[in-house]
Amino acid sequence: MKASFWTIAGALCAILLAALWAFPLLWALSTSLRPELETVSASFHWLPQHWTLDAYRKTLGAGNVVRWLFNSFVVALLVTVVTMAISLTSAYAFSQLRFRGRGIVFGIAMLGFLLPFEALLVPLFRTMHQLGLVNSYAGIVLPQVVSPVVIYVFKQFFDAIPADFREAAVMDGAGPLRVLWSVYRPISGNIVWAMAIVTFIAAWNNFLWPFIIVTSNDMMTIPLGLTQTYDAFGVRYAQLMAAAVLGALPVALAYVLFQRRVTQGFLAASGLKG
Amino acid sequence: MQRDDTILAPDTRPTTARDDTLPAWLLLAPFLVAFGLFFFLPALETFWLSLTESSLTRTSAFVGLDNYHTLLHDPSFWDSVGNTFYFSLLTVIPLCALGLLMAMLVDRFTGARGWLQGTFFLPFVLPISVMTLIADWMLQPSSGVVNHILGGQRAWLADPYLALPAVAIGTIWWTVGFNMLLFLAGLRNIPAELYEAAALDGARGFTLFRTITWPALRPVVSTAVILQLIASLKVFGQTYILTSGGPFNTTRVALHYMYETAFTQSDAGYAAAVAMAFVAIVILLSLLQAWIVKWLAGRDA
Repeated sequence: MKASFWTIAGALCAILLAALWAFPLLWALSTSLRPELETVSASFHWLPQHWTLDAYRKTLGAGNVVRWLFNSFVVALLVTVVTMAISLTSAYAFSQLRFRGRGIVFGIAMLGFLLPFEALLVPLFRTMHQLGLVNSYAGIVLPQVVSPVVIYVFKQFFDAIPADFREAAVMDGAGPLRVLWSVYRPISGNIVWAMAIVTFIAAWNNFLWPFIIVTSNDMMTIPLGLTQTYDAFGVRYAQLMAAAVLGALPVALAYVLFQRRVTQGFLAASGLKG
Repeated sequence: MQRDDTILAPDTRPTTARDDTLPAWLLLAPFLVAFGLFFFLPALETFWLSLTESSLTRTSAFVGLDNYHTLLHDPSFWDSVGNTFYFSLLTVIPLCALGLLMAMLVDRFTGARGWLQGTFFLPFVLPISVMTLIADWMLQPSSGVVNHILGGQRAWLADPYLALPAVAIGTIWWTVGFNMLLFLAGLRNIPAELYEAAALDGARGFTLFRTITWPALRPVVSTAVILQLIASLKVFGQTYILTSGGPFNTTRVALHYMYETAFTQSDAGYAAAVAMAFVAIVILLSLLQAWIVKWLAGRDA
């Protein structure tokens, strides 16, 4: 079979783009495995001349990188668990329960789509200041658990489940929480996992809010902490790239392990079915 | 507890006429408290603050529309809005076009699908500061790999003409994967029979794209453009970390100006007015974009 012009052009294009997109990460990795002197040396090499883990040893030893990774883990886990809990219960109420004011409350909740979080930074900081939550896990976590997008996705999902499921459980004497837990939760497994992983990654990567609410070095999350490494390491680029690789590793691993759920989650969150 | 008993008690009422008021509000309570405290009240407070003269921690005086009046004649604000638009111009179209191209390549080369998709999407899940650390290293004037490849000693991030485009390129590398995903989902929804029928009619290559792919993808394209436009208008972290708004304020964007006003000058009232103006711009542009899409669709019909 004769390869057409479009196939060849497309293949070249794909290879070129993939190389361009992979290069920055590979270059960071290559830099992080060099001795510091090599990064500023006049002679240029694509690969390290002397492979070494020095930069990683120094980064993990000197900076607060381990502490920041730990903070990120705690924050992202708390955000995910709380977001899932309050989004599932409220989406269930919006979707399956009949009560006065449902339409209005849902409408107000969906206003969250309209108003960018960024516009709320000043009053949010003032609120947190009044509550004494500046530089605390609660201060970092709480504003991130309000997610109209996740509620919307869950509600859409619940809406599509035949009412018979619920009616049968109610007949058997199950209350709303029980119905949600033992009827809706099991069939919602995929979408809950997808949204949980996406929420976790987003919380792990969140920069703006921690940047506002955290001032102490000890409470920084990894995205925020990495911006401090300039000051800490000066122009030591091997160490900076080691810090970058360490900061990228957890989410990169999560992505590689859960690729399908991650993409499914991001698509659902953007309003298109995955 | 009395209340729990009510929820857990067997519901013996006929299901058609049921009223779930109490369980519904109980299930909604945690969300409503969080929503009220961390979204609804702050939203109202932003508006209220914009009418006052306030510091970051205390409210002093009601000043009516004074902040907005100042805003209209504040060249620093308008410069920051201009920079934001310029950044959007540099990113929206390339991000959408490149995202579409990548989606078509991933869709076409099924053998390498996992690898290609993974390579294009991976940067999107990385923290912003990983992107900025790598970009800063690659763009170093003397030891940076970009200058090594292109030759010369350009100081990308210190050059008033190059700084914002450089940040835009970093942003494109970082976020294009999401747009690729949107387009990929759109491509998957096009029935294969359409292509087969067109192929039977002798259509191939670019004609297939023009007559089938593009018309079918139109709704996805407008979704992608609007999501991207809103995301680009909200740029802050990239410019803040890479250039701190410099050189000569050429990369100081609207949110950066709001941040500075509130958190370094502690002028919360004025910052709230900037926030209100910013929201107005985002909503206006979204409406304008939706209107253009509708107008284009109507013209075709």
